[in-house]
Amino acid sequence: MGPYILKRIFLMIPVLLGITILSFGVMKLAPGDPTSILTDLNPNMNKEAVERIRAHYGLDQPSYVQYFKWLKNMLVLDFGRSFASDNRPVIDKIVERIPITLLINVLSMILILMVAIPLGVMSAVKQNSLFDKGTTVFVFIGFAIPTFWLALLLMILFGVKLDWLPISGFRSLDYPSLSFFEKIFDVSKHLILPIFVSAFGGLAGMSRYMRSNMLEVIRQDYITTARAKGLDERTVIFKHALRNALLPVITLLGLSVPGLIGGSVIFETIFAIPGMGQLFYQAVMMRDYPTVMGILVIGAVLTLLGNLLADVMYSWADPRIRVSG
Amino acid sequence: MDSIYGDFFRRLARNKLAMVGLSVVVILCLVAIFADRLAPYSPTMIDTSKILVEPSWEHPMGTDILGRDVLSRIIHGAGVSLSVGFVAVGISTLIGVVLGAVAGYYSGMVDRVIMRFVDIMLCFPTFFLILAVIAFLQPSIWNIMIVIGVTSWMNVTRLVRAEFLSLRERDFVLAAISQGASDLRVIFAHILPNAMAPVLVAATLGVAAAVLVESSLSFLGLGVQPPNPSWGNMLTEGKDNIEIAWWLSLFPGLAIFITVMGYNLLGEGIRDILDPRLRQ
Repeated sequence: MGPYILKRIFLMIPVLLGITILSFGVMKLAPGDPTSILTDLNPNMNKEAVERIRAHYGLDQPSYVQYFKWLKNMLVLDFGRSFASDNRPVIDKIVERIPITLLINVLSMILILMVAIPLGVMSAVKQNSLFDKGTTVFVFIGFAIPTFWLALLLMILFGVKLDWLPISGFRSLDYPSLSFFEKIFDVSKHLILPIFVSAFGGLAGMSRYMRSNMLEVIRQDYITTARAKGLDERTVIFKHALRNALLPVITLLGLSVPGLIGGSVIFETIFAIPGMGQLFYQAVMMRDYPTVMGILVIGAVLTLLGNLLADVMYSWADPRIRVSG
Repeated sequence: MDSIYGDFFRRLARNKLAMVGLSVVVILCLVAIFADRLAPYSPTMIDTSKILVEPSWEHPMGTDILGRDVLSRIIHGAGVSLSVGFVAVGISTLIGVVLGAVAGYYSGMVDRVIMRFVDIMLCFPTFFLILAVIAFLQPSIWNIMIVIGVTSWMNVTRLVRAEFLSLRERDFVLAAISQGASDLRVIFAHILPNAMAPVLVAATLGVAAAVLVESSLSFLGLGVQPPNPSWGNMLTEGKDNIEIAWWLSLFPGLAIFITVMGYNLLGEGIRDILDPRLRQ
């Protein structure tokens, strides 16, 4: 197991380098250069001052020199300072935002697993039944519904018409004065809609995937063997089939990390949740390049780590991988 | 060849869901083309005497904050969604087919480089990448088409590569090579036509995905810019008036939903038809 993980980590290095090169390339797409936001609108800027600022940020040097400088800074997590009025180090702004985004994503992943796995298994076991058909309809709806529209509809229903749930922020104004349990209740009330919305799309994908895995497994010879030796259907399904059908789910979980992180931009913006997605949106809107680049790189690295975690879990669950892989 | 295509269309006509999807797609195209004639009002005409009118016979989907007719704006928004979908998917399919064909046909070093590039691209949360690029460019409908196209080709590359890897060893390909056909001819005339089935499915589903991304971008104010109507930016108005005008949120989203559903049903239908394992 140890060598396998080491090998995986070693293989990550070129991908990590690629991520930084690509991100740097995206930054170079900008017309002019990042300092123009500081200089263009300032009437006191003359040519010399502009050159001085460019030299200060190292923009007068060739691209590859700039890239290696940028890479060197990034290795010590120095992404520069934000162009926003607070002018704080980008890494501080990101780090304080990550927990809430991760919390929502982890909770929505748990919700996805808890609902999608039973749904997928049931519809595979009762293939072509009414339940299976109902699930298929739900899956198609889940694939086609735009997240932000679902969010708006739920906000109208539960926030405006019924007035059961708050529609923005992740805590109330009187939060500091609440007791511990009231605080938990307050935050959960704020998080119900965002978590449901971010889970909805994934729910459809996962239950569909689970269903086809299960159908695949049920056709295998060892399932026939299990039935032939007289095991009851419950044992066959839940002990023999389910375990094997669950394996690929680990990989899918790893693969769904970028989608979940990317989706956080939308639901954090709609629900005004101060997470990484909202920070990214704000940075994009005001052309805060250092923050945009920082989040882009960190988002990709988080994805890479998610995939590594999935691979490690897979090899832990399936011995065939660590022997041959 | 004709009989194969004839067979395809016969199967398609028998697949109910695919036909529903196809009808939705065709109707949407017609709506987009004849938008000017179909729309009861001008999509940008401001009428201050009719601000936020609830849905009625006169305005079946109500009016917005500037008194514009919502139905007319939705009809005009169809063109935006469809053109973004088609152009973006055209770009991503072209990139994906070329890279996948090269990787699968030549294998070796070229293949490793291309597939590693695919791995890197897949690490980026696509929506982050798209937003970052849009931040550095100007939001316009052309930039959006290009950006969606160049960030969504990875899936097609993988599919085409896998097809090429297996087809390359087949007798008809070896026959073509031994007759002295050039690489280009083998790739495009012999292998590619046999590898198009999964590409067709991916492209159809890709249009749906592109429509969703475009509407999300426009919703965030980074896509089609007002006053030009797009379903996404109409929903921004819906959100701004969420407490007073539900119809501004309901109808544009419904249009997106139906469009995406149409393409998904059509794509799934084509998959069912083309996948020999599902044929019985």
